[in-house]
Amino acid sequence: MKAEARIGLILLLTPLLLWLSLLIVIPHIDMFLVSLRERVGVGEYRISPANYLTFLTEPLYLRTFARTAIMAMLATLITLLIAFPVSYYIAKMARGRTRSALFLLCLVPFWVSELVRTFGWMILLRETGLISTLLQWAGLADQPVEMLYNDAAIMVGLVYTSMLFMVVPLVTTLESLPDEVIEAGYDLGGTNVSVMREIVIPHATPGIVSGCIVVFMLSLGNYLTPTMLGGKDSLWFTELIYSQFIVRFNWELGAAFGFLLLLLSSLIVWGMLRLTGHTLERTMG
Amino acid sequence: MTLPDLECTGLTKRFGTATAVDAVSFDVPPGSFFSILGPSGCGKTTIMRVIAGFLDPDAGDILIRGRSILNTPPNKRPVNMVFQHLALFPMMTIAENIGYGLRRQGMAKAEIARKVDAALDRIGLPGIGARKIDELSGGQKQRVAIARCMVLEPDVLLLDEPLGALDLKLRERMKVELKEMQAAFDTTFVYITHDQSEALVMSDRIAVMNQGRFEQMGTGRELYYRPETAFVAGFVGDTNRWHGRIERVEGDALQLVTDSGLTLRGARHGRALSPGGRAEIFVRPEAIRLTRSAGELAHFDNRMSGRVTALLFNGAASRVLVQAGREEIEVNLPQSGEFADLARGAEVHIGWAGDQGNCFAGTP
Amino acid sequence: MIPTIPQPRLLTAAYTAYVVTFFVFLALPLVVVAVFAFNDSQFPSLPWEGFTWGWFFGEERPVIGVFHERPILRAIGTSAFVAVCVSILSVGVGLSNAFLFNRYRFPGQGILYVFMLLPLVIPGIVLGISILVFSSRIANGAWDIAEWDIEALRPGLTLVILGQFSFIATISTLVIAARLQKFDRSLEEAALNLGASRLTAVRTVTLPYLAPAMIGAFVVAFLMSFENFNTTLMLVGSDAPLTIAMFDRLKEGSTPLLNAVSLLLMLGSSLLALVMIAFQRRG
Repeated sequence: MKAEARIGLILLLTPLLLWLSLLIVIPHIDMFLVSLRERVGVGEYRISPANYLTFLTEPLYLRTFARTAIMAMLATLITLLIAFPVSYYIAKMARGRTRSALFLLCLVPFWVSELVRTFGWMILLRETGLISTLLQWAGLADQPVEMLYNDAAIMVGLVYTSMLFMVVPLVTTLESLPDEVIEAGYDLGGTNVSVMREIVIPHATPGIVSGCIVVFMLSLGNYLTPTMLGGKDSLWFTELIYSQFIVRFNWELGAAFGFLLLLLSSLIVWGMLRLTGHTLERTMG
Repeated sequence: MTLPDLECTGLTKRFGTATAVDAVSFDVPPGSFFSILGPSGCGKTTIMRVIAGFLDPDAGDILIRGRSILNTPPNKRPVNMVFQHLALFPMMTIAENIGYGLRRQGMAKAEIARKVDAALDRIGLPGIGARKIDELSGGQKQRVAIARCMVLEPDVLLLDEPLGALDLKLRERMKVELKEMQAAFDTTFVYITHDQSEALVMSDRIAVMNQGRFEQMGTGRELYYRPETAFVAGFVGDTNRWHGRIERVEGDALQLVTDSGLTLRGARHGRALSPGGRAEIFVRPEAIRLTRSAGELAHFDNRMSGRVTALLFNGAASRVLVQAGREEIEVNLPQSGEFADLARGAEVHIGWAGDQGNCFAGTP
Repeated sequence: MIPTIPQPRLLTAAYTAYVVTFFVFLALPLVVVAVFAFNDSQFPSLPWEGFTWGWFFGEERPVIGVFHERPILRAIGTSAFVAVCVSILSVGVGLSNAFLFNRYRFPGQGILYVFMLLPLVIPGIVLGISILVFSSRIANGAWDIAEWDIEALRPGLTLVILGQFSFIATISTLVIAARLQKFDRSLEEAALNLGASRLTAVRTVTLPYLAPAMIGAFVVAFLMSFENFNTTLMLVGSDAPLTIAMFDRLKEGSTPLLNAVSLLLMLGSSLLALVMIAFQRRG
């Protein structure tokens, strides 16, 4: 390598390495180290798995962890089921200007903060909200209905918030499937169902995988939606992390929780990639 | 008389105000290779998509072996299509691609496997069924796409410019191969293309299409030597073309003065042309004799001398451009060695028989 | 199914109805938020008490509009400041990364690329706490060793900016790299051939080509930073950006003031997005 090129390489490498090491790699290692500390006195610590043992022995923590994971998976699945027909419509049924307009419409809600979106659902779902009033007006309910502060409300919020991250990769992969290939499927005797199963869905797999990964991760790590839309009983794991850090000042346990959340999301992402034979580079990059 | 495999009557398709296919009728006898040749945008793809069922015609009927298929959805029609970009399913192996239609028919797995193997043998690619589509070369993909249709034993196979994406050498080879495959499968092929040489080489019959209508239908030879319209004369094969005014008509022969002042003799081949009218005259470069001396051309009724302005060497298809008066005339250059030393600026004589000048009524 | 395949009318109608329903679902919360910004009531809910501009321009209690509500205005300013810093950092680093991965081949490149993508699959809250833990430990260490108080490493705007930057940089890298990938290297060679130096060639040919992507990355980074919640929540100090300030208010109970702020946010981000699209079109 010529000297000039070497200098260029070093110059370009520096910001990347600083960013990744100082903001990503070292902080996470550090977080892991902190999670292995046990406070034995004022300012005195020793290395022990105590925080992880606390997690394993406290039913509330375990239950919340499992609940969060399962609900995040469910939210991912529902988002996929809702988004797929819409994405297919945008990519393969709509034409020209309609297609761009519909796609843009899908993006609009995500240019505003998640907080605003959640706030919208609160106005709709709460006891004095729009839907409750509508139901009473229509005679379907004889008193105000509280639809907020339960798991269903969380689910609605999560699905809504994640929709974009499913629609975009799905539309992108579906658009890359030539009409000709679909027509060939029918020409050779295929039906709606068989063309969908054998041609469209296999083709869309990369989009499905990357959409699911992102949606799952966002749902799992969501704090706002469960806090605002969920009730007293619907605790989310991120809320535990927040309370350990900010309310209880128990950083050691909070760090352990954070690490567990990271572990869970990495495992599921890795599993999904393994299952479908994709790599992170191809799916995300 | 046996029924034609495919018969279209009065087929019409409009897009908004534009008429893409305008009352086209034709029939294709069993086992023949029929081509529709025309420039892009002439409506040939529309015809094909109407036959395949991807477009509904506004008028007319399509009959396969005497039975109308208008109300049959595309996935139930006894026609299959080789798409322009082949449309092989990239998510499947070669065997899965070929077996796709058979699976749709609910055929037993063992039977499918047997048929797929037989098809692979037939297209000269035995034993590659487990491979992926992207491991194939362009020509192999072509064959797989055809085999994928042929295992379904369609009454008619539609081919939508499938050679368009191939490079020149391969395209030449595939022309021959396609013709052989058609003979081997003994199936009716309907082939559309904008490439005249593809149509001329492979087809039993060709329809030349322009602006939604068939200009002429016939064998390649008929289209080439006896074009019935100015469009066919200009589109099939290379040709010199002049606009002019008719001076005299004597039986089938006529005399015409081109807009640049060249007086030419031509033939009207039975077309209604009268003195004073505008006309177009077409003369093929190979109909023109090139000589060094005027004497050899005495028996031609068109004779002129000129200067070579360019030599277009292209092996057997070499030409020279000869400047005669204000016109530049394209003339075949015989590769007999006689003109090996011909250079730019050389004085030459050219001549051709009057009946080689095909005349058509021209636009004023 | 695609339009060229004939389908039963009922199926097509049902499908269209589904898509329409979806878009209603998508629009509903936002429309509701926007509409109730004009309700002349203390609560963003029915009954409708009449139309008012009060939640935008009101000057007196109980109806103080956005434009006279100091804390909210300050929070918007804070958010904008953070967003601009994050965008500048992200576009700068993104540009550098794009060139690095596009133009150089070096050992460990593949691994580094995967690391570069990782922030996308790390939950935002985990990013936040890891940076919080790490910076606090350094700050504590600096205090213990030298009694040196590094204010920047305590929860506050610097950490918020760094935290947001830590994952937004990935996105801007991907946006810029995607366009650089499409760049025809021979254009640069042509510039060199015509007498430009390597740096001049990049400056006069490649960078103008990348400009739409850089503007796009800037806007995306700005919007993502402006609306970020999870990472910011863990790193925020006394100066709260808008999302945090609104969150705190929302916990106490909402007034149409929040609707008015939200409506302004929607308008602002739509405007930005349109600007970005206009630029993409031109590029």
